[in-house]
Amino acid sequence: MRVGLSIRQTRGEFVKRVEEISGQEILACNQCGKCSAGCPAAMAMDLLPSQVIRLVQLGLEEALTSETIWLCASCLTCLSRCPKGVDLPRIMEALRQLVLRKEGDRLELSALPADFLSEAPQLAIIAGSRKYLS
Amino acid sequence: MRYLYFPGCTLSTKAKGFAASGEASARALGIDLVELSRWNCCGATFPLATDNLLALVAPTRILLNAQKEGDHLVALCSICYHVLKRTNRLLKEEADKREKINLFIEEEYREEVQVLHLLGLLRDEIGFEALCEGGQKRLQGLRVAPYYGCLLLRPFQEIGLDDPEEPRILDDLLASLGCEVVEFSHKSECCGSYLAMNSSEVTRELSYAILRSALASGAQVVVTSCPLCQFNLDYRQGEMAAHYPGFAQIPVLYFTQLLGIALGIESDTFGLADHHVDPRPLLVSRGLQ
Ligand code: SF4
Ligand code: SF4
Ligand code: SF4
Repeated sequence: MRVGLSIRQTRGEFVKRVEEISGQEILACNQCGKCSAGCPAAMAMDLLPSQVIRLVQLGLEEALTSETIWLCASCLTCLSRCPKGVDLPRIMEALRQLVLRKEGDRLELSALPADFLSEAPQLAIIAGSRKYLS
Repeated sequence: MRYLYFPGCTLSTKAKGFAASGEASARALGIDLVELSRWNCCGATFPLATDNLLALVAPTRILLNAQKEGDHLVALCSICYHVLKRTNRLLKEEADKREKINLFIEEEYREEVQVLHLLGLLRDEIGFEALCEGGQKRLQGLRVAPYYGCLLLRPFQEIGLDDPEEPRILDDLLASLGCEVVEFSHKSECCGSYLAMNSSEVTRELSYAILRSALASGAQVVVTSCPLCQFNLDYRQGEMAAHYPGFAQIPVLYFTQLLGIALGIESDTFGLADHHVDPRPLLVSRGLQ
């Protein structure tokens, strides 16, 4: 696979938006990988959390099409362990928001199994709506 | 002692037993939990996008209502606690955002309310050692796995209730009730949280890893303080059993249910029959029902 990189891209609109929404400085991450090592959902992700950050650092919008951003549970494990103080859950949120604000909902509540909906606690439905609906 | 109390939407509906057992236990210990006279849902997530102030309005309104009636607000649900505590801190530290939100809601929150979790209140105001003082320790020998999950502990800089890597608060509470508290590796790993809504298999795997770790340590029951953890760990155990032959199902209780039982309170209103994995056979076998 050929990937085009440019200095301009690394300071482009995409990186700026992610930094703005997350309040994080993307280059603070030194790619140590500690976040990925401890991420409980990493086994199901197509890209590791640290790889998602790397894509953003390089200004590559592929980060937005990764399944990883939808499998991050905002558990804050990575935040509590990052040696550089990067709030990765906020970066994941910024990426989700960029997709949701442009493309709309990721979840159809009415398509969920009836038994699940009748059993699920209110906070699951509310949190899920906050995370997956635009 | 009188404390203002925010039950939140789940404790008023699907987790009534959590509320009833928490309120009754507190009362037995001399804490009067007085429900806020007006409240709304907190939003169940602390907004991680820094450019969306609207999501902070709901928790700010709750804090504002609390400010009108007192200076403390107690939550039982880990998520409510997390959202209210972080919102409170943000309003205190970011004056520009606070002003904007105050303008929007046309009232003034002066960030005077202190947000507490019942666990912290019991530890810091009553003291765990006083819980069963002089009484018989009814839970003696019950092997419990204290499961903390994520939002009760993290981020430590903002929540500050207990160490996020090696938490003790639930361990210490349960030990003071006479339980045999097991050490297990997954006590603060994530159960899958809201992934339940969009990725049921991933949620099942994450929750399974926690239960497997608790079972391997010899636990007979898992204890939590969050209705979402409770649901994720409890609801899918049938599926787990079908998926992983040999998986032994294990009841998942709220800490308040065990606390109430330990204090000898009648458990009719504790919602013990509402759980998917029925805890009653275990409780009956130990003479607790
Ligand atoms: S732990 Fe922090 S510094 Fe290390 S890769 Fe992850 S985000 Fe970057
Ligand atoms: S917050 Fe997201 S990326 Fe970080 S450890 Fe948890 S699931 Fe993984
Ligand atoms: S977190 Fe919860 S249960 Fe708690 S009020 Fe908010 S949505 Fe309802």
